[in-house]
Amino acid sequence: MATAVQQPSDAPMILLEKVNKWYGDFHVLTDIDLSVKRGERIVICGPSGSGKSTMIRCINRLEEHQAGRIVVDGVELTNDVRKVDAVRRDVGMVFQHFNLFPHLTVLQNLTLAPIWVRKTPKAEAEATAMKYLERVRIPEQANKFPGQLSGGQQQRVAIARALCINPKVMLFDEPTSALDPEMVAEVLDVMIKLAEESNVTMLCVTHEMGFARSVADRVIFMDRGQIVEQNTPEEFFSHPQNERTKLFLSQILAH
Amino acid sequence: MAAQPGETGATAGTPIPKAQRAVFWNDPRVRGIFYQIIAVALIGGAVWWLASNTIANLNARNIATGFHFLGREAGFEIGENLIDYSPADTYFRALLVGVLNTLRVAVLGIILATLVGTIIGIARLSKNWLIAKLASIYVEVVRNIPLILQLFFWYSLITEFLPGPRDALNPMPGVFLSNRGLKFPLLAHEFAYDLALLLFAVGLIAAVVVGRWATKRQDATGRHFPTIWVNLGLIFGLPIVGWLLAGAPLTFNAPSLQGFNFVGGASLSPEFSALLLGLVIYTAGFIAEIVRSGIQAVGKGQTEASLSLGLTKGQTLRLIVMPQALRVIVPPMTSQYLNITKNSSLAVAIGFPDIVSVANTTLNQTGQAIEGVAIIMAVFLTISLSIATFMNWYNKHIALVER
Repeated sequence: MATAVQQPSDAPMILLEKVNKWYGDFHVLTDIDLSVKRGERIVICGPSGSGKSTMIRCINRLEEHQAGRIVVDGVELTNDVRKVDAVRRDVGMVFQHFNLFPHLTVLQNLTLAPIWVRKTPKAEAEATAMKYLERVRIPEQANKFPGQLSGGQQQRVAIARALCINPKVMLFDEPTSALDPEMVAEVLDVMIKLAEESNVTMLCVTHEMGFARSVADRVIFMDRGQIVEQNTPEEFFSHPQNERTKLFLSQILAH
Repeated sequence: MAAQPGETGATAGTPIPKAQRAVFWNDPRVRGIFYQIIAVALIGGAVWWLASNTIANLNARNIATGFHFLGREAGFEIGENLIDYSPADTYFRALLVGVLNTLRVAVLGIILATLVGTIIGIARLSKNWLIAKLASIYVEVVRNIPLILQLFFWYSLITEFLPGPRDALNPMPGVFLSNRGLKFPLLAHEFAYDLALLLFAVGLIAAVVVGRWATKRQDATGRHFPTIWVNLGLIFGLPIVGWLLAGAPLTFNAPSLQGFNFVGGASLSPEFSALLLGLVIYTAGFIAEIVRSGIQAVGKGQTEASLSLGLTKGQTLRLIVMPQALRVIVPPMTSQYLNITKNSSLAVAIGFPDIVSVANTTLNQTGQAIEGVAIIMAVFLTISLSIATFMNWYNKHIALVER
């Protein structure tokens, strides 16, 4: 982790250069170039199958890219297990289906990585966990199991779990698309608050355009494995340049 | 008690429209009671018929019932016994020898089949093509051949294809493999060995203490302790040090050929070896599939979430995947343990004196068929219920809490 400290503050937090990936014959990612500044908030949208999730999953190497470079906070992702571990220690991820550990209590879900990865004393890890549970407004659920919580509560626990490793980057992979409509707001509120109160770099795959408007510094539109268009939220929504972007926006904003 | 409660309701003033009562034979409660009466009558009838039939037949043949025969002299040899036994002993002791033989093969079989099955189950999930295919072939071959054929195969392999004691295979000094089974040396009685055994026990206790201390220290300071390596050193290192300090003696009670057979040392009979081998290899095939399905039942998202938090692959398997796989594995595993125990009764086919074999001889000699069969049933019921009770307790212990 020594490499991370020496990075100048204007160096990009995440850098993707000519990243390519194939599933068999299917070209999922084509020549992706992306540079994300420290503390920048990016919303990624696009039709399903456009490679949004695959792209952010490459950033903590849940998927391997086959060509190009990915550098996270000065550490390039290669086959070196230690580099992959170093990157994962600094990158938190929130999944569409929460992926909480059902055999552990909420508190144990939160303290698992601090205890086993960061080697934090248990009492300290629990205190930190409670702090984050308060931040996502469910401290009273600490000793319950994930199966006893609602979808919205589970996703807030998942966000708190990712925050407990004190990440520099947070990746959100469609965090609200598996939720019942009335629970979307409580999760988005937590994410907006997170963006306001911390300077963590956020990459969020979502179709919540209200969230994009209020939080994002930049909106990226992907289609067929390519970044088609990127702009500030105001410009992106009011003056989309590309035909595919216009079509997509008209479809999701129609109702 | 002038009127039924249902009828007073209508006159009480509030005009609740009364629901039409169903015809009584369409009421599920009435039907439920009716079915129960029929079930009890059928069972009672069957019991009465069996009992009266048995008593009538026993009377007709002048057979006295009861377990008095257990105290009489058995008068037959038993090939293998864990406790001292001679034909002059009672039937009770003969049956006890049979029970112990059954337990020996069942307990060893359960332990070995679990180990082999787990390894093969994990191997079948391996990314290595060759390993995965070999494991698949093993499973498909082993579980599609009837167990009794496999037992005959192993038994004839040992008794037909291995040489006699005079030409016994001698793969290493003191070990002889012949059609009389496997003979191997035992350590002779020496102070150094007692000391080593004592230190082994001390090492086990120390390991538990170290484990608790390490957990406590990790909770308090966050520092991790290489518990596994230190404990392995304690458990195996201490006895070795003790043995070295006592002069490192190496004296064996080795088997040697005298006349037509071996004396001294310890032995595994062909019957026991064939039965154990057959049971373990057969059941491991089923256990492999249970382990594989258990691991696969844990969603890929669990592994991804764990890796994304920075946990290593080993930690992910130990802390996330295995605890969840176990809850899928344990219930069907219980069935396999029960199967091993019950299948051990096939011992009778290759002449291993398990409880079924001994009880069979007993009932042939005494004519006490009902008692003999009752003893076999009681033994298997006791073993099976013990296994089931323990496994159910363990299952509850690891089960998930949901809502």
